Amino acid sequence: MGNLKLTNVTKAFGALTVLHGIDLTIDNGKFVVFVGPSGCGKSTLLRIIAGLEDISAGGIEIGGRDVVQLSPAERKIAMVFQSYALYPHMSVRKNLAFGLENLKFKRSEIETRIGEAARMLAIEPYLDRKPRQLSGGQRQRVAIGRAIVRNPDIFLFDEPLSNLDAALRVQTRAEITRLHRQLRTTMIYVTHDQVEAMTMADEIVVLNAGRIEQVGTPLELFDNPRNLFVAGFLGSPRMNMLKGEVTAVGEAGVTIDAGYGAPLSASIDPAAAKVGQAVLVGIRPAHFAVGDEGLPFVVQYHESLGTETYVYGTLEGRDEQIIVHQTGHFAPRPGDLLRIMPLSGRVHVFDPDSGLALPQSVSQRSDVHEHA
Amino acid sequence: MSTPKATDLGGRALDFVMGVVEAPINGFERLMGRKRMPYLFLAPNLILFGIFTFLPIAIAVGYAFTGGTGLFVSERPFVGFDNFRQLLQCEDYLRPGSCRESLFWTAVWNTLWFVGFNVAATLLVALVTALILNRAMAARGFFRAMFFYPVLLSPVVIGLIWKWFLDRNGLLNAFLQMLGVPPEIFLLDVGWSRFFVVVVSVWFHMGFYTLILLAGLQAIPKDLYEAAAIDAASPRRTLFRITLPLLGPNLLVVLILLMIRSVQIFDEAWVLTNGGGPGTANSFIVQYIYQMAFGSDLRLFGLASAASVLMGLVLLALTLIQLRLGRKMES
Amino acid sequence: MSQGLSPIAFLTRTRRPGRIGLTDILSWAWLVLGTLAVLIPVVWAGLSSFKPAAEITRFPPTLLPRAAVQQTVPGFDAPLSLWTVDVDGKSREMAMVRRIGLKAQMVDPSNPGPPVSVDVKSMSPVQRLTIATENYTDPLTRFDFLTFLKNSVFVTFVATLLTLAVNALAAFALSKYRFRGEKAIFVLIISTLMIPLTVVMVPAYLVVVGVGLVDSLWGIIIPTIASPTGVFLLRQYMLTIPDELIEAARVDAASEFRIFWRIVLPLTAPALAVLAIFSVLWRWNDFLWPLIVLSSRENFTLQVGLNAFQGEFSVQWNYILAMTFLSLAPVTVVFLFLQKYITTGIAGTGMK
Repeated sequence: MGNLKLTNVTKAFGALTVLHGIDLTIDNGKFVVFVGPSGCGKSTLLRIIAGLEDISAGGIEIGGRDVVQLSPAERKIAMVFQSYALYPHMSVRKNLAFGLENLKFKRSEIETRIGEAARMLAIEPYLDRKPRQLSGGQRQRVAIGRAIVRNPDIFLFDEPLSNLDAALRVQTRAEITRLHRQLRTTMIYVTHDQVEAMTMADEIVVLNAGRIEQVGTPLELFDNPRNLFVAGFLGSPRMNMLKGEVTAVGEAGVTIDAGYGAPLSASIDPAAAKVGQAVLVGIRPAHFAVGDEGLPFVVQYHESLGTETYVYGTLEGRDEQIIVHQTGHFAPRPGDLLRIMPLSGRVHVFDPDSGLALPQSVSQRSDVHEHA
Repeated sequence: MSTPKATDLGGRALDFVMGVVEAPINGFERLMGRKRMPYLFLAPNLILFGIFTFLPIAIAVGYAFTGGTGLFVSERPFVGFDNFRQLLQCEDYLRPGSCRESLFWTAVWNTLWFVGFNVAATLLVALVTALILNRAMAARGFFRAMFFYPVLLSPVVIGLIWKWFLDRNGLLNAFLQMLGVPPEIFLLDVGWSRFFVVVVSVWFHMGFYTLILLAGLQAIPKDLYEAAAIDAASPRRTLFRITLPLLGPNLLVVLILLMIRSVQIFDEAWVLTNGGGPGTANSFIVQYIYQMAFGSDLRLFGLASAASVLMGLVLLALTLIQLRLGRKMES
Repeated sequence: MSQGLSPIAFLTRTRRPGRIGLTDILSWAWLVLGTLAVLIPVVWAGLSSFKPAAEITRFPPTLLPRAAVQQTVPGFDAPLSLWTVDVDGKSREMAMVRRIGLKAQMVDPSNPGPPVSVDVKSMSPVQRLTIATENYTDPLTRFDFLTFLKNSVFVTFVATLLTLAVNALAAFALSKYRFRGEKAIFVLIISTLMIPLTVVMVPAYLVVVGVGLVDSLWGIIIPTIASPTGVFLLRQYMLTIPDELIEAARVDAASEFRIFWRIVLPLTAPALAVLAIFSVLWRWNDFLWPLIVLSSRENFTLQVGLNAFQGEFSVQWNYILAMTFLSLAPVTVVFLFLQKYITTGIAGTGMK
């Protein structure tokens, strides 16, 4: 079965450690996305699961079986590579057959499986073509087909959409999601594109500098980022950050002064904060209300996308850029002074030293879940 | 399915052979692991290199210090520097006759003269040809191929073709007779035979050096010439200030390569001159080594090895110069 | 400006459309003369190889292979040679019966009457274009040339196959794996490029004697298989094959050797072709090493045989030239068809 358990997986190239003791459990049938900036170790982790890289320490179990010593073929995984890695000298049919031939499958069984996969992916007309005679999207489907015929316990995708143009990327994204619903097989998908992560994943694993920053469903990560990194990495445009100070701690949360005489309230577990503590306040661009009261916001310029508008500016007297999102048409002039107020329950508070989010109060957490 | 083609059958035969070869190799992989496979793949190559290249190098130096006519080192008495002394003992190096090993010094001087003339002539002809071919000439590919053709021929074939061309009844004499010049047996005349050994060598190899120089010329950016033309540079200045300086590194590499190869002149000269004739007029160092070791019943392996070592040192020096130049070129 | 007259100018001036200057004329003259210089000795040897033994030493020589025409004439047992004769101011063809001093006895070949006496000065032999195929067939049947040819073909074929296999395997290891000693081994192999055969031929001979390969075709095949040039050329090419293909094959359960011959080898075909061409040329043309290793005649390759042959039959140029041409023909054919491959291969690697 396709459940995966990583314990303390560590990888070092000489003196350079690229993965620091990764612990992760993935349940059978889940679609899991590894996301993070380039160089964070996400591809290395995927290749370690595939058996293409050795680990320096730790353990890997697939379906309860220790696979550390096993070759890629013995792990019952299949992989779709970033460049597709189709064998250029073989026809599509031979590309699909190669793995099965290596495993000494019967000719008839190979034909059956190729037929099924070809039908599922609508690549039947191209079976006798060479990869170079195919378009990018067709190659992509052949690469997926090569994984499907193996009937693996786990599918591994290494940034499979990065070579496609924008329109095709959206389409293929949907196809892979559909495929997952159809096959119900564990899929692990590596990308640096947070949109792919948010739209496709059952569960997202955010990696940074060889460590897991947070694991959770897309909305859990969006609503309750565990630290500054996750908060900044997920969501576009990125979360606004304001410096502030806790001025009061109450039953329902804390009050924070970010200057300008407009106290911000956040639903933080009272036990986690104390008066006078310096904090970073994070508010996503979409979570501001423009009105008569709130923080003074000086408009620099705006971008109108038709159905929505992003306004760029600064808080009066400060330098850090603040972005405010409004739906519909909204056209402030440069130099206009607006008042913006964070929506209640949408204020994230972080400890500037550790970078960790202050835990939210229990009532608030359930509230967010209703949102989701 | 279509009917099987010949290529399919060939492919199937290859599949079958590889299937047989594969089994033990895959067994090794299962036993030793994937990580050790590159060593297995390198093994045939390294074993062959070890036996037929590195072992001879190791033996070569030791051999030079032994005497006698035995083949194996165990049968050969150690004689210290005797072989070298024999080669190098000389009253006047300019007169080979005064040396103990006069054949060696004749060969050394013949080789030096040959290297000097051959390097100069080949370089000049190759450079001029490359410069001409580098212009936007029609039929450039044809001429490049034409000049290159002799490079591919065997030295024996070239020796024989030229021997026939220069024969008493050959085409060159027929041509000279048309001009009223009496026939000449070129290869039995000391001066002419030396001249034609150089001619044949240039004829044989110039295409190779032309190709290398042409590649260097074509790597010079065209806009430099356009800039020079706008700067009203004369053709002479363009050649000496732009083309040759930028070709300089290639020229040096070609020069050294030519020297290394010229020092080793043997095959075509051996065939053309019937083994170095007339007399010893075209006897070169490699021929000396060959004759001492294999040419007769002398079997003077020690002396031959000592001469090899001396020539090897010269070649090594040239190679090191070439490597240094190559590194300078890269940086 | 009189730039066109300077010899420097003719080397550097680029051609301007619609104007043919002195530079162009000199350039073309150089190239045409050079081409003639390349072709004339080869073509001359080729034409001569078809001349009958009696004709080949004629001086001054004729350009095309010709031979005196002979004809059987009624009343004479042996065929008679035909001559063009001036009789009574008219030119006619007659057959020569015998020759006495400056006079020759001639008859009319179609209507032989009593012989006519003719002045030798007024007659010239009738010659026709004749191709002396016996120059080619004799050495192959009567002498050992078929053996030499067979040996050369065997050596060339087997050595090329083994060269490709052994060096491709090594190049695969050096391009697609990371392992301890990788760099050292590569440097070691490449450094052997700098050791010419002429320097180590004496000890190399000793080694060949030691392993029992002296005077055997394997003695010239095996020591030449491992080629630093080959390893280098193939490795550089294999480096351009994406590593992801190898990994995809590993995920596809291919063994390392299967990856080599099902994935890497087919994709290295262009470089293998270049190496194959070079290997064929090297082995076919090889002279000094076979000369040292081979001692009995039945093991000679074509080049060694040719060399021995010219020593023994130094006057029978018709045979020597025919065999020379037989040795040159395959190389010429290879060159005609693969000229582009070879010249770009050499320009790209600087090897020969």
